[in-house]
Amino acid sequence: MFSRHIHRAVPQGLRCALAVLACGWVIAPALRSGPPVPQDWFRTGTGLGVEKARLAAADFAARGEAVHPAARLFSDVLFADLEYSGIIEMVSKSFFPLRQPSVPAELQPAEWSAPPTSAHFLVFGNLSLAGTQLVVEAWLYDVRNPQSPPALAKRYRASVNPENSAEAQARRLAHQLADEIVSLLSGGIPGIASTQIAFISNRTGSKEVWVMDYDGANQRRITNLQTIALTPRWSPDGSRIAFTCYQKSGDTISAQICMHSMETGRSVAFYRYRGTNSSPAWSPDGSKIVFMSSMHGDPELFLIDVSGSNLRRLTYSAGADTSPVWNPRTGQQIAFVSDRGGTPQLYIMAADGSSVEKITLPDMGYVVDPAWSPNGQLLAFSWQRPTGNYDIYVMDIATQQLVELTRDAGRNERPSWAPDGRHIVFESTRTGTRQIWTMLADGTQPRQLTFAGQNESPNWSPR
Amino acid sequence: MNQNWNRKAALLLVAAAVALSAAGCRRSEVVRPPEPPPAPPAPPERPTVSLQASQTFIQKGESVTLNWTSTNATEVTLSPGIGRVAAQGSTRVTPEASTTYSIAATGPGGTATDSVRITVGAGAPAVERTGEPSKSLEELFRENVYDAFFDYDKADIRPDAREALARTAQFLRTHPEIRVIIEGHCDERGSTEYNLALGDRRAQAAKQFLVSLGVAAERIETVSYGKERPFCFVSHEDCWQQNRRAHFVLAKP
Repeated sequence: MFSRHIHRAVPQGLRCALAVLACGWVIAPALRSGPPVPQDWFRTGTGLGVEKARLAAADFAARGEAVHPAARLFSDVLFADLEYSGIIEMVSKSFFPLRQPSVPAELQPAEWSAPPTSAHFLVFGNLSLAGTQLVVEAWLYDVRNPQSPPALAKRYRASVNPENSAEAQARRLAHQLADEIVSLLSGGIPGIASTQIAFISNRTGSKEVWVMDYDGANQRRITNLQTIALTPRWSPDGSRIAFTCYQKSGDTISAQICMHSMETGRSVAFYRYRGTNSSPAWSPDGSKIVFMSSMHGDPELFLIDVSGSNLRRLTYSAGADTSPVWNPRTGQQIAFVSDRGGTPQLYIMAADGSSVEKITLPDMGYVVDPAWSPNGQLLAFSWQRPTGNYDIYVMDIATQQLVELTRDAGRNERPSWAPDGRHIVFESTRTGTRQIWTMLADGTQPRQLTFAGQNESPNWSPR
Repeated sequence: MNQNWNRKAALLLVAAAVALSAAGCRRSEVVRPPEPPPAPPAPPERPTVSLQASQTFIQKGESVTLNWTSTNATEVTLSPGIGRVAAQGSTRVTPEASTTYSIAATGPGGTATDSVRITVGAGAPAVERTGEPSKSLEELFRENVYDAFFDYDKADIRPDAREALARTAQFLRTHPEIRVIIEGHCDERGSTEYNLALGDRRAQAAKQFLVSLGVAAERIETVSYGKERPFCFVSHEDCWQQNRRAHFVLAKP
């Protein structure tokens, strides 16, 4: 089933991968044709040498005093989204021409394509209020080909009301526009600016499940259990979050699987088992959950239909088996952590529990927190090598090539992939406290998202 | 008095365990935390510190005296909520809830730590004072039940834990009315999820050991807290050892 050469994994491969990736890292070439293969670059380096699209984002004009703050926020959020997409080189505003267009009639393409601006693309537009509607007009032009029609010309509308301020809606629409531009410039792989991240925070005194926008905005608590909540995981359709909770039953308390509906904002009943139950993980079709349970004594992995029927035991080994994660592309394999060989290491098995294989790494140590990339080709994990701290690594499953994404910056753990496969969210103690960070999947552009309390166990939402 | 005896016994047992592992006669597979860097040519004396409490189990509203002594330290810090203190001394504290007091002594030769846990009961004991004062079940439990400690990343019962659990089993056999909860705890190293599993294995191992000594399995519940409820908060082996344990709690009748 796995045509891998596990024992070939190797310092040699490691050096190659590091060298290739250190030389340069480009994802998909701008407007590439053919079927999208967003992670090909990672394994084979096919994107090497291709220029990133160079894009200028003009300040969006405010039509009327009332939308000034919204227009400013819109421009800032759009710029940050595009810059953090990983596939676009943003033109610094200090290289901008004096006049910035707000409608196509004001566009002077040559001013933008000539040095020092040297933009390939320009996005511009304006914001206005029409009654209770915030209206955003936006255009994307290929300024080196002034005769061609705009790559994008669109009007967005959003209702402004007491629950949704003009600023909140401007932020949302900026994320939408950024995602469409990223999709256009990366061969159809949409951006992640409208996604969210679930995580655990103790800032209210107990560990609860929190959710924030992908850039750290709008952090909000979604549980109030006042015990210990751990390991949140989004369902593949984004409608639910499964997590580990501590529940009382009579005079005893135990770790159980809890479920929260993002649609109703309430908890959804799930099944209770003996012993310690934790680490739920959804199958890619959302119909099953694999989780750790010690209901039979030893911590093993179990599979259950979300409807609650069909409980099946998947692992049989002395010691701990935990942290399961499905191959999101095929749904046919599950990676997990087991200490059956002495220390915790990664294993992959078929989704029915058969064909267990150990992932052999160049040296011993602790290997935990597997996270399977959206295209099914890569595994991110945290690894404490014998000489160091916990760091995030990515391994190409087929070739066993390894890339170290963090180094010499506190403990770095719990990676989770963004749905675009270009970004990873993780927890790090590099500031002295445990916080949530994101980075590009090559380890560049680390960005801190949380600052209050201790925060951990991030999980990136689907689109 | 009893507490002092406990402490001495615990020290002896720890020393025995250290001697055993140092001799390399078993546990050669144990993964040890990284050794400290080699000392400079003329190493300054390593600091020592010890922290003791006049009582470790009090009722809410009662006070307890903390005594400490240290050597070779330039800075001694007592936490939580006390801060820098003299090299030796004592202070009275009235913790609202169960608290682990930790002391850290830092000097040119490094850092030493110690800690003591004060358990705070819910309120004044409802024990009727007759001619002969009788001990409450909580007090008896406190005095006769011993937590079991574990090696790093292991759920095997060590010789010292074997002795602690044997005493505990003896007490539980003579008090069949008591039900207990065994909490499995881990140190901060390793992932949250792995430690939940490891804590579960520790609690289960302690339970199986008690069952093998004749305590009915129905009287014992287990719960794993992984690394979520540590007893000690310093990133140091002394503290980590405190956190790697199967902790006994008296179940409410």
